[in-house]
Amino acid sequence: MDEYRDADAARRCADQIRRLVTKPWKIMEICGGQTHAIMKFGLDEMLPKNITLIHGPGCPVCVTPVELINKAIEIASRPDVIFCSFGDMLRVPGTHRDLFSVKAAGGDVRIVYSPIDAVALARQNPDKQVVFFAVGFETTAPANAMAVYEAHKEKLANFSILVSHVLVPPAIEAILSSPTNQVQGFLAAGHVCAVMGYTEYEPIANKYRVPIVVTGFEPLDILHGVYMCLKQLEEGRAEVENPYARCVRREGNVQAQKLIRDIFCVVPRKWRGIGEIPQSGLGLREPYRSFDAETRFGVAGYTVEESSECISGIILQGIKKPVECPAFGTKCTPEHPLGATMVSSEGACAAYYRYRKIKRDT
Amino acid sequence: MCLAIPGQIQSIEGAEMERTGKVSFGGVVKSIMLACVPDAKVGDYVMVHAGFAISVVDEKEALETLKYLAAMDAVPENP
Repeated sequence: MDEYRDADAARRCADQIRRLVTKPWKIMEICGGQTHAIMKFGLDEMLPKNITLIHGPGCPVCVTPVELINKAIEIASRPDVIFCSFGDMLRVPGTHRDLFSVKAAGGDVRIVYSPIDAVALARQNPDKQVVFFAVGFETTAPANAMAVYEAHKEKLANFSILVSHVLVPPAIEAILSSPTNQVQGFLAAGHVCAVMGYTEYEPIANKYRVPIVVTGFEPLDILHGVYMCLKQLEEGRAEVENPYARCVRREGNVQAQKLIRDIFCVVPRKWRGIGEIPQSGLGLREPYRSFDAETRFGVAGYTVEESSECISGIILQGIKKPVECPAFGTKCTPEHPLGATMVSSEGACAAYYRYRKIKRDT
Repeated sequence: MCLAIPGQIQSIEGAEMERTGKVSFGGVVKSIMLACVPDAKVGDYVMVHAGFAISVVDEKEALETLKYLAAMDAVPENP
């Protein structure tokens, strides 16, 4: 793994990019994990000035709509509930408060490493309702599907999931078909592709004439992905390429895809800051509907308007950079976030705040 | 959040949907679901996300990529 962090190799890769580029290009990295790595290692600053990296909507914490956070808070506040979540979700602001404040007020809110751990909690606490906050992209879907599969097999009537699953390809299409789109090439999220493969991206590359490069998460992986994407742009090609072949096969993980298909079906989903995108998420399939926490706790119909002060929707589409937001670093900080892109360490605003703060202050 | 971490399989038990294993992440050993990597063997590296193995790391491909990156300097662009 260390080999993919070699500073000399990164410089060589950046040199190659400098020699390759003849005009300005804008590339979007979809995944928040890649945004974080780009900021942490200063990879964007190694690139020529006319190459812009736009930070995409690939952070599930950031795109989970406010109304779902409110639903989570309502469910977690019930005395009979053990509410389990990945840690990132606890600080995301709902309309009035976050899940941490529920925990502080005595609610049983727990951070788990895996949804499978939540199933174990349900087994150990038959007198409690155990709810798992199932957010995530395709990478997380197999683990969440497995949790439902196990609960169903064991007839665990006290387990349910609050689902906010989203899919990458419909988001890419939404970005590309927007009249304000500026993105000319994509770095596809390597681990989403490890599960799903990359055949879904081939018609998109073809239809919109954009190169899509399956990219890993180490600094060298990202620079390599940028290089290959720019090479296609300079040569006028628009193909799907996979330099992350050590983890990703073209067909993906077919067993994991079957597990996802068995438990979930494709549904429309609302994305925070973007709105509803058709066929862009996963919901529980009919035989497993009884595991849906929204129905079980009667919060299904509830909707809420989002704060107009936060421009995360525009940030997530790459139209503006975090520093161009008037609230950035003043009214909106990681301690007091206005929106989700400032909450998650993978959110573009939080990554800018954390790694570019020193520069701003001087 | 979609980060997956490579770990080396130390032991495997169960089969099909119950297939699990002990996986070492630089010395930290965790019990991991291996149901969706049926071909993975003891000693193989798997990419693990949320306690679930999503892919087997292809050692040959990993070495190929490194070789390619090492050779980058040697190939002149736009001569």
